Amino acid sequence: MDVILFLIFAAIALVAAVNVVVQSHPISSAISLIGVMGSLAVLYLLLGAEFIAAAQVIVYAGAVMVLFLFVIMLLNAGTEARQSKSETAHLLGVPALVVFALLLVYFIHQQPESGVHFGGFTGGSAQAVGRALFTTYLLPFEVTSVLILIAIIGAIVLARKEI
Amino acid sequence: MSQVPLSWFLVLSALLFALGVAGFLFRRNIITVFMSIELMLNAVNLSFVTFAYQHKDVSGHLFVFFVMVVAAAEAAVGLAIILTVFKNRGTLNIDDISSMKN
Amino acid sequence: MLLWLIPLFPLAGFAINGIFGRRFPKASINAVAIGSVLLSFLWVLKTLAGAGPLNAPLTEHYFTWIQSGTLSIGFDMTIDRLTAVMLLVVTGIGSLIHIYSIGYMAHEGGYYRFFAYMNLFMFFMLTLVLAANYLLLFVGWEGVGLCSYLLIGFYFDKKFATDAGNKAFIVNRIGDFGFSLAAFLIFKQFGSLDFAAVSGQAAGAPTGALTAIGLLLLLGACGKSAQIPLYVWLPDAMAGPTPVSALIHAATMVTAGVYMTARSWPIYVHAPQAMEMIAIIGTATAFFAATIGLAQNDIKKVFAYSTVSQLGYMFMGVGCGAFSAGIYHLMTHAFFKALLFLGSGAVIHALSGEQDLRHMGGLRHKIPWTFWTMMCAAVAIAGVPPFAGFWSKDAILLAAHAHAPWMYWAGTVTAGLTAFYVFRAMFLAFFGQYRGHHHPHESPAVMLAPLAALAALSLAGGWLFQVPQFLSAFFPAHEVPEDASLMAISTAAGLIGIALAYLMYVAKPALADSFAGSVKGLYWLVYNKYFVDEIYDAAVVTPVIDGSRAVLWKGVDAGLVDGAVNGVGARCRNVGSVLRLWQSGNIRSYATWVLVGGVLMIVAIGLAGGAR
Repeated sequence: MDVILFLIFAAIALVAAVNVVVQSHPISSAISLIGVMGSLAVLYLLLGAEFIAAAQVIVYAGAVMVLFLFVIMLLNAGTEARQSKSETAHLLGVPALVVFALLLVYFIHQQPESGVHFGGFTGGSAQAVGRALFTTYLLPFEVTSVLILIAIIGAIVLARKEI
Repeated sequence: MSQVPLSWFLVLSALLFALGVAGFLFRRNIITVFMSIELMLNAVNLSFVTFAYQHKDVSGHLFVFFVMVVAAAEAAVGLAIILTVFKNRGTLNIDDISSMKN
Repeated sequence: MLLWLIPLFPLAGFAINGIFGRRFPKASINAVAIGSVLLSFLWVLKTLAGAGPLNAPLTEHYFTWIQSGTLSIGFDMTIDRLTAVMLLVVTGIGSLIHIYSIGYMAHEGGYYRFFAYMNLFMFFMLTLVLAANYLLLFVGWEGVGLCSYLLIGFYFDKKFATDAGNKAFIVNRIGDFGFSLAAFLIFKQFGSLDFAAVSGQAAGAPTGALTAIGLLLLLGACGKSAQIPLYVWLPDAMAGPTPVSALIHAATMVTAGVYMTARSWPIYVHAPQAMEMIAIIGTATAFFAATIGLAQNDIKKVFAYSTVSQLGYMFMGVGCGAFSAGIYHLMTHAFFKALLFLGSGAVIHALSGEQDLRHMGGLRHKIPWTFWTMMCAAVAIAGVPPFAGFWSKDAILLAAHAHAPWMYWAGTVTAGLTAFYVFRAMFLAFFGQYRGHHHPHESPAVMLAPLAALAALSLAGGWLFQVPQFLSAFFPAHEVPEDASLMAISTAAGLIGIALAYLMYVAKPALADSFAGSVKGLYWLVYNKYFVDEIYDAAVVTPVIDGSRAVLWKGVDAGLVDGAVNGVGARCRNVGSVLRLWQSGNIRSYATWVLVGGVLMIVAIGLAGGAR
């Protein structure tokens, strides 16, 4: 059961990811990206990360991607035109990318094998995350709140009309 | 066979990451490039959660939490910058924004 | 005892006159300059009076100058019998010449500069004499060379003067090179540069090392004391003012070589080959320079070659083992040679700058004081008994005969030549008819008084100051048999020289020219100083200059060094222009390179054992 679930949603994620890269209109890419995030949320649930799955859907897919869509529509970005490519990127990038992916896969297979089944990890509840967040990781938590504040101010300042 | 091998999750994460890199290298629209970055971040989140499962440690989830926060902040500021660049240069083509002479 | 005051007074005089002299009136400059040297002389007298019999050296150690590993050099001054003689000569004659200079330089520009340099010279010379180790002596040695350069080139707007200054300094440097090497070897052999250490350990040192040291020190002495082959600077040094010629190139600086050689007697006594070399060089130089002096027409050049010749006598004495005789002659020579130079200065001053003997004559009635004082010096240098030169020259010649009879005969012939050329100059200048067109006038009293003092010393100084007896306690015993017949022969040679000069320049003046005509080739050779300068120029100077220009300047400096530096710059530029292409401004290529870097890092981590 878990395997089937994994395969379905992994396939959805991969196809959507390919779509993100391949589509010429940014709106289509954005929608595909939302699809990727959604299927990843399911995979998080499989891995016992309940809180993270919820956060992924609410924050990532629900807020960040919506922001993306707003900006795309604001800028009225159209389809990408076919123009000259960057030789360096293509010449060097393709083999580098292939090698990169192969290396990662190679190193992954050197990991010790273990299995994943739903319910195998129960420590991903909101309670557990909250406890760790407010005890061990308190300082990074406070720092990120400052970071968000800075981001808000930065975004407002940058996007003003006077510039 | 009701158990999914852990390595499959990691391979998926690697493939998603590679796709994100491909998008970053080969697309010309800035916003699409930005979305490829988000794709990469998501791939990394998946691998974090996988390792949290493997070590039965919630710290991996905490990392994902922080990555999400930072990604959100980055998206906000980055999009604001893209807006400004669009206002100044009038184009979203990544090759045309550069003002360096060759 | 405060020995350091002796050189300090002239140094203070140099500082005051050098810094403030430009604004001082002449009287202040005189007071400072003469006062400092006189103070130094008085302090010498006071020190010697209170020092006792000086059977052993009295050393004062002021501070440790250099301390490096096993090398320890102190700023030490020492006084013993040899130093006493030298101090009296330097400060005494120095004072007289400073007084004379007031009159001689009265109309010259740069008055304060002259006295500042003279005081500086006194400081260095006194440091040289008082030094207790070879390094401090070398400081004085170099310093007097510097002052010699400054004073020879005193008329710096005249090229021949500055050239002469350069020549003096450069030729001296060759000698100094030998001295430096000798100092290194001394340190290596004896572990110290102190005279006391050398004198104590010399007996046990290997002869080879001592001979090497002795020969190198001799090279230094040849440079400073103008012996063959490094004498060529002294005649040209006559370009400086006459008091300079008197002080530096007759009485004091050139005697530094003799002093240093005498001071190093522990080394030489145990290195007979080096000492033999000293004697040979001394004898050869004495004869050689005397022959050149026969044909010179410039009055100062005659006395310059005479100085070279007399220095040869001193070295002959030292080389034959008669150290005290050499120092004795140093003292008497200082008396009469300084007088001869100062007298020439008075003659030149009287004739408003004329130096050529052929344009003088009949001056004995017009400048009688100058004439009579110079006559005293002339008879002294000719070796006429009982005047100063007779005693010292005979001491040397007797020692030479005991050592190697050929040196005695060479010395005797030279004595005859000496008498001849000195009296030739005297007769040409003071006798006969006046052949020039100036109005000779007697010099002022400030110039005549030192002449008189020196005349008295030339006449009486020989038997008044019994230097050999005084120094016999200092130098090793050296018995020389008294031989009246040898003394008679050498005196006769001198008298024959005087008579011949009288014959050729007073009684029958045409004889001189006809004689010169009959030995035309020889005369031409001698008149042109055997072309030594030209030979040196062709053999040494020109090849060095051309070689430096072609090889060292164009080849090494411009080609290699500049080429290397410029080449580095050019390569940097090339590399930069290649690397510049990497910074294209294209974001995607940047990202690609990041990816490539990432791949490489993964490979590296994997090869290094993974992330475990």
